[in-house]
Amino acid sequence: MDLLKQSQKLIVAARTIPRDDRVPYAFHRRIMARLAGRTAVDLWEPWGRAFSRAAFCSVALMLLLAIGSFLVPSASSVSLSQDVETTLLAAVDNNTEQIGDTR
Amino acid sequence: MIAPRAAEAVVCSALGKDATDAELIAAVLQGDTASFAPLVQKYSPRVFATARRYARRESEVEDIAQEVWLKSFQKLATFRGEAPFEHWLMRLTVRTCYDFLRGHQRNREMMFSELSQPEEDWLERVVTRPDEALEHAAAARQLIGRVLEQLSPAARLVITLLEIEERSVKEIAELTGWSVPLVKVRAFRARAEMKRCLARLAKGKYL
Repeated sequence: MDLLKQSQKLIVAARTIPRDDRVPYAFHRRIMARLAGRTAVDLWEPWGRAFSRAAFCSVALMLLLAIGSFLVPSASSVSLSQDVETTLLAAVDNNTEQIGDTR
Repeated sequence: MIAPRAAEAVVCSALGKDATDAELIAAVLQGDTASFAPLVQKYSPRVFATARRYARRESEVEDIAQEVWLKSFQKLATFRGEAPFEHWLMRLTVRTCYDFLRGHQRNREMMFSELSQPEEDWLERVVTRPDEALEHAAAARQLIGRVLEQLSPAARLVITLLEIEERSVKEIAELTGWSVPLVKVRAFRARAEMKRCLARLAKGKYL
Protein backbone atom coordinates (compact mmCIF):
# COMPACT_ATOMS: atom_id res chain seq x y z
CA MET A 1 0.00 0.00 0.00
CA ASP A 2 1.35 3.43 -0.93
CA LEU A 3 1.25 5.34 2.35
CA LEU A 4 2.24 8.63 0.78
CA LYS A 5 -0.70 8.47 -1.62
CA GLN A 6 -2.99 7.44 1.18
CA SER A 7 -1.98 10.29 3.47
CA GLN A 8 -2.36 12.74 0.57
CA LYS A 9 -5.88 11.47 0.00
CA LEU A 10 -6.69 11.96 3.64
CA ILE A 11 -5.38 15.51 3.52
CA VAL A 12 -7.38 16.28 0.38
CA ALA A 13 -10.46 14.97 2.18
CA ALA A 14 -9.62 17.08 5.23
CA ARG A 15 -9.44 20.20 3.07
CA THR A 16 -13.04 19.63 1.99
CA ILE A 17 -14.24 20.01 5.58
CA PRO A 18 -15.94 23.42 5.74
CA ARG A 19 -14.80 25.85 8.42
CA ASP A 20 -17.14 25.73 11.38
CA ASP A 21 -17.19 29.27 12.76
CA ARG A 22 -20.39 29.09 14.82
CA VAL A 23 -20.22 30.95 18.09
CA PRO A 24 -22.28 29.88 21.12
CA TYR A 25 -25.18 32.15 21.95
CA ALA A 26 -24.17 35.26 23.95
CA PHE A 27 -20.56 34.11 24.13
CA HIS A 28 -19.31 37.71 24.19
CA ARG A 29 -21.55 38.41 27.20
CA ARG A 30 -19.95 35.51 29.05
CA ILE A 31 -16.50 36.85 28.28
CA MET A 32 -17.45 40.35 29.36
CA ALA A 33 -18.89 38.97 32.59
CA ARG A 34 -15.58 37.23 33.24
CA LEU A 35 -13.69 40.41 32.49
CA ALA A 36 -15.91 42.51 34.74
CA GLY A 37 -14.04 41.17 37.75
CA ARG A 38 -10.79 42.35 36.27
CA THR A 39 -10.36 46.06 36.69
CA ALA A 40 -7.96 46.93 33.93
CA VAL A 41 -5.57 45.62 31.37
CA ASP A 42 -2.28 44.48 32.87
CA LEU A 43 -0.03 47.38 31.96
CA TRP A 44 2.89 45.77 33.80
CA GLU A 45 2.96 42.89 31.32
CA PRO A 46 5.38 44.53 28.81
CA TRP A 47 7.54 45.82 31.66
CA GLY A 48 7.60 42.42 33.29
CA ARG A 49 8.63 40.85 30.02
CA ALA A 50 11.37 43.43 29.46
CA PHE A 51 12.67 42.96 33.00
CA SER A 52 12.73 39.18 32.69
CA ARG A 53 14.70 39.49 29.46
CA ALA A 54 17.12 41.91 31.10
CA ALA A 55 17.51 39.54 34.06
CA PHE A 56 18.24 36.66 31.69
CA CYS A 57 20.90 38.72 29.88
CA SER A 58 22.45 39.77 33.21
CA VAL A 59 22.66 36.18 34.44
CA ALA A 60 24.20 35.09 31.12
CA LEU A 61 26.76 37.91 31.33
CA MET A 62 27.54 37.04 34.94
CA LEU A 63 28.12 33.40 34.00
CA LEU A 64 30.39 34.40 31.13
CA LEU A 65 32.44 36.67 33.39
CA ALA A 66 32.63 33.97 36.04
CA ILE A 67 33.85 31.44 33.48
CA GLY A 68 36.29 34.05 32.13
CA SER A 69 37.69 34.71 35.61
CA PHE A 70 38.35 31.00 36.06
CA LEU A 71 39.99 30.57 32.67
CA VAL A 72 42.18 33.69 32.75
CA PRO A 73 44.39 33.58 35.85
CA SER A 74 45.11 36.90 37.52
CA ALA A 75 48.84 37.73 37.69
CA SER A 76 48.62 39.74 40.90
CA SER A 77 46.61 37.36 43.07
CA VAL A 78 47.40 34.01 44.60
CA SER A 79 43.93 32.50 44.41
CA LEU A 80 40.31 33.39 43.68
CA SER A 81 39.28 32.83 47.30
CA GLN A 82 41.92 35.30 48.45
CA ASP A 83 40.69 37.83 45.89
CA VAL A 84 37.12 37.45 47.13
CA GLU A 85 38.24 37.81 50.73
CA THR A 86 40.23 40.96 49.92
CA THR A 87 37.29 42.49 48.05
CA LEU A 88 34.78 41.67 50.77
CA LEU A 89 36.99 42.95 53.58
CA ALA A 90 38.22 46.03 51.71
CA ALA A 91 35.81 48.31 53.56
CA VAL A 92 36.80 46.92 56.97
CA ASP A 93 40.51 47.25 56.12
CA ASN A 94 40.03 50.88 55.05
CA ASN A 95 38.20 51.66 58.31
CA THR A 96 40.95 50.07 60.40
CA GLU A 97 43.61 52.03 58.53
CA GLN A 98 41.72 55.31 58.99
CA ILE A 99 41.32 54.69 62.76
CA GLY A 100 45.07 53.97 62.99
CA ASP A 101 45.89 57.19 61.14
CA THR A 102 43.73 59.37 63.41
CA ARG A 103 45.42 57.96 66.52
CA MET B 1 -26.54 26.11 22.69
CA ILE B 2 -25.37 27.57 19.40
CA ALA B 3 -27.24 30.30 17.55
CA PRO B 4 -26.56 32.20 14.32
CA ARG B 5 -24.36 35.24 14.75
CA ALA B 6 -27.07 37.58 13.46
CA ALA B 7 -29.26 36.74 16.43
CA GLU B 8 -26.71 38.02 18.89
CA ALA B 9 -27.40 41.25 20.66
CA VAL B 10 -25.12 44.19 20.02
CA VAL B 11 -23.12 45.22 23.03
CA CYS B 12 -22.87 48.95 23.44
CA SER B 13 -19.64 50.61 24.33
CA ALA B 14 -18.75 54.25 24.75
CA LEU B 15 -17.64 54.26 21.11
CA GLY B 16 -20.08 53.91 18.25
CA LYS B 17 -20.72 50.81 16.19
CA ASP B 18 -18.38 52.05 13.47
CA ALA B 19 -15.35 52.36 15.72
CA THR B 20 -12.20 50.85 14.28
CA ASP B 21 -10.21 48.14 16.04
CA ALA B 22 -7.50 50.67 16.93
CA GLU B 23 -10.06 53.00 18.54
CA LEU B 24 -11.63 50.16 20.50
CA ILE B 25 -8.23 48.93 21.71
CA ALA B 26 -7.20 52.43 22.76
CA ALA B 27 -10.47 52.78 24.70
CA VAL B 28 -9.91 49.43 26.46
CA LEU B 29 -6.39 50.44 27.39
CA GLN B 30 -7.77 53.65 28.88
CA GLY B 31 -10.02 51.60 31.14
CA ASP B 32 -13.23 51.27 29.09
CA THR B 33 -13.65 47.50 29.38
CA ALA B 34 -16.98 47.58 27.50
CA SER B 35 -15.12 48.51 24.31
CA PHE B 36 -13.66 45.02 24.32
CA ALA B 37 -17.08 43.47 23.58
CA PRO B 38 -17.27 44.51 19.89
CA LEU B 39 -13.83 42.94 19.36
CA VAL B 40 -15.03 39.69 20.95
CA GLN B 41 -18.14 39.71 18.75
CA LYS B 42 -16.26 40.50 15.57
CA TYR B 43 -13.44 37.98 15.87
CA SER B 44 -15.00 35.11 17.83
CA PRO B 45 -16.05 33.22 14.65
CA ARG B 46 -12.39 33.05 13.57
CA VAL B 47 -11.24 32.00 17.03
CA PHE B 48 -13.89 29.26 17.18
CA ALA B 49 -13.11 28.03 13.64
CA THR B 50 -9.44 27.70 14.57
CA ALA B 51 -10.12 26.07 17.93
CA ARG B 52 -12.41 23.47 16.28
CA ARG B 53 -9.45 22.26 14.21
CA TYR B 54 -7.68 21.14 17.37
CA ALA B 55 -10.38 20.18 19.84
CA ARG B 56 -13.17 17.76 19.18
CA ARG B 57 -15.55 18.37 22.06
CA GLU B 58 -17.53 21.58 22.05
CA SER B 59 -16.76 22.21 25.73
CA GLU B 60 -13.03 22.10 24.93
CA VAL B 61 -13.51 24.47 21.99
CA GLU B 62 -15.31 26.95 24.26
CA ASP B 63 -12.57 26.66 26.88
CA ILE B 64 -9.94 27.47 24.26
CA ALA B 65 -11.91 30.44 22.91
CA GLN B 66 -12.50 31.75 26.41
CA GLU B 67 -8.81 31.45 27.26
CA VAL B 68 -7.87 33.26 24.06
CA TRP B 69 -10.09 36.22 24.91
CA LEU B 70 -9.01 36.42 28.54
CA LYS B 71 -5.36 36.28 27.49
CA SER B 72 -5.88 38.85 24.76
CA PHE B 73 -7.48 41.22 27.28
CA GLN B 74 -4.59 40.78 29.68
CA LYS B 75 -1.96 41.17 26.99
CA LEU B 76 -3.65 43.93 25.03
CA ALA B 77 -1.00 46.41 26.15
CA THR B 78 1.58 44.37 24.22
CA PHE B 79 -0.33 44.89 20.94
CA ARG B 80 1.70 47.57 19.18
CA GLY B 81 -0.66 48.14 16.27
CA GLU B 82 1.99 47.50 13.61
CA ALA B 83 -0.04 44.62 12.14
CA PRO B 84 -3.84 44.22 12.14
CA PHE B 85 -5.37 43.13 15.46
CA GLU B 86 -6.69 39.99 13.74
CA HIS B 87 -3.14 38.77 13.01
CA TRP B 88 -2.09 39.34 16.62
CA LEU B 89 -5.21 37.54 17.84
CA MET B 90 -4.69 34.58 15.50
CA ARG B 91 -1.12 34.18 16.77
CA LEU B 92 -2.48 34.09 20.29
CA THR B 93 -5.19 31.61 19.23
CA VAL B 94 -2.78 29.22 17.53
CA ARG B 95 -0.42 29.32 20.51
CA THR B 96 -3.30 28.68 22.92
CA CYS B 97 -4.42 25.74 20.77
CA TYR B 98 -0.87 24.37 20.84
CA ASP B 99 -0.79 24.68 24.63
CA PHE B 100 -4.13 22.88 24.73
CA LEU B 101 -2.77 20.04 22.58
CA ARG B 102 0.29 19.72 24.81
CA GLY B 103 -1.87 19.68 27.90
CA HIS B 104 -4.27 17.09 26.53
CA GLN B 105 -1.78 14.84 24.82
CA ARG B 106 -3.37 11.44 24.49
CA ASN B 107 -0.61 8.94 24.54
CA ARG B 108 -2.42 6.03 23.04
CA GLU B 109 -2.17 4.26 19.75
CA MET B 110 -5.30 3.70 17.73
CA MET B 111 -5.68 0.16 16.48
CA PHE B 112 -7.50 -0.92 13.37
CA SER B 113 -10.21 -2.56 15.49
CA GLU B 114 -11.13 0.91 16.85
CA LEU B 115 -12.11 2.23 13.41
CA SER B 116 -15.77 2.67 12.58
CA GLN B 117 -17.25 0.69 9.67
CA PRO B 118 -17.21 3.62 7.16
CA GLU B 119 -13.61 4.45 8.10
CA GLU B 120 -12.63 0.82 7.73
CA ASP B 121 -14.39 0.64 4.35
CA TRP B 122 -12.63 3.80 3.16
CA LEU B 123 -9.24 2.49 4.16
CA GLU B 124 -9.93 -0.75 2.31
CA ARG B 125 -11.18 1.14 -0.75
CA VAL B 126 -7.95 3.15 -0.90
CA VAL B 127 -6.09 -0.11 -1.38
CA THR B 128 -8.45 -1.93 -3.70
CA ARG B 129 -9.92 0.95 -5.77
CA PRO B 130 -7.79 4.05 -5.17
CA ASP B 131 -9.60 6.15 -7.81
CA GLU B 132 -12.97 5.83 -6.11
CA ALA B 133 -11.72 6.45 -2.60
CA LEU B 134 -12.23 10.20 -2.67
CA GLU B 135 -15.91 9.81 -3.44
CA HIS B 136 -16.42 8.76 0.15
CA ALA B 137 -14.96 11.87 1.68
CA ALA B 138 -17.10 11.79 4.82
CA ALA B 139 -15.42 8.64 6.08
CA ALA B 140 -12.05 10.08 5.14
CA ARG B 141 -12.82 13.22 7.15
CA GLN B 142 -13.65 11.11 10.18
CA LEU B 143 -10.49 9.14 9.70
CA ILE B 144 -8.28 12.23 9.34
CA GLY B 145 -9.66 13.53 12.64
CA ARG B 146 -8.70 10.29 14.32
CA VAL B 147 -5.29 10.15 12.65
CA LEU B 148 -4.55 13.73 13.71
CA GLU B 149 -5.41 12.82 17.28
CA GLN B 150 -2.62 10.25 17.17
CA LEU B 151 0.03 12.81 16.25
CA SER B 152 2.20 14.74 18.66
CA PRO B 153 1.03 18.32 19.36
CA ALA B 154 3.73 19.87 17.16
CA ALA B 155 3.05 17.45 14.30
CA ARG B 156 -0.69 18.03 14.48
CA LEU B 157 -0.24 21.79 14.46
CA VAL B 158 2.11 21.69 11.47
CA ILE B 159 -0.03 19.26 9.45
CA THR B 160 -3.14 21.35 10.12
CA LEU B 161 -1.54 24.67 9.21
CA LEU B 162 0.64 23.51 6.34
CA GLU B 163 -1.39 20.78 4.67
CA ILE B 164 -5.01 21.41 5.61
CA GLU B 165 -5.10 25.21 5.83
CA GLU B 166 -2.39 25.43 3.11
CA ARG B 167 -0.41 28.17 4.81
CA SER B 168 3.17 28.98 3.88
CA VAL B 169 6.14 28.07 6.07
CA LYS B 170 6.72 31.77 6.76
CA GLU B 171 3.12 32.26 7.88
CA ILE B 172 3.38 29.24 10.18
CA ALA B 173 6.60 30.60 11.65
CA GLU B 174 4.83 33.87 12.42
CA LEU B 175 1.78 32.16 13.91
CA THR B 176 3.68 29.71 16.10
CA GLY B 177 6.72 31.79 16.98
CA TRP B 178 8.99 29.03 15.68
CA SER B 179 11.85 29.78 13.28
CA VAL B 180 11.44 28.95 9.57
CA PRO B 181 14.00 26.07 9.69
CA LEU B 182 12.24 24.67 12.77
CA VAL B 183 8.89 24.70 10.94
CA LYS B 184 10.50 22.83 8.03
CA VAL B 185 12.05 20.23 10.32
CA ARG B 186 8.78 19.77 12.21
CA ALA B 187 6.85 19.49 8.93
CA PHE B 188 9.20 16.76 7.75
CA ARG B 189 8.84 14.88 11.02
CA ALA B 190 5.06 15.39 11.05
CA ARG B 191 4.65 13.82 7.60
CA ALA B 192 6.77 10.86 8.69
CA GLU B 193 4.72 10.54 11.88
CA MET B 194 1.50 10.57 9.89
CA LYS B 195 2.77 7.89 7.54
CA ARG B 196 3.79 5.75 10.53
CA CYS B 197 0.33 6.17 11.99
CA LEU B 198 -1.33 5.09 8.74
CA ALA B 199 1.10 2.20 8.38
CA ARG B 200 0.14 1.01 11.85
CA LEU B 201 -3.53 1.14 10.91
CA ALA B 202 -2.94 -0.68 7.64
CA LYS B 203 -0.80 -3.30 9.35
CA GLY B 204 -3.66 -4.10 11.70
CA LYS B 205 -5.85 -4.83 8.73
CA TYR B 206 -3.67 -6.42 6.10
CA LEU B 207 -0.92 -8.31 7.94
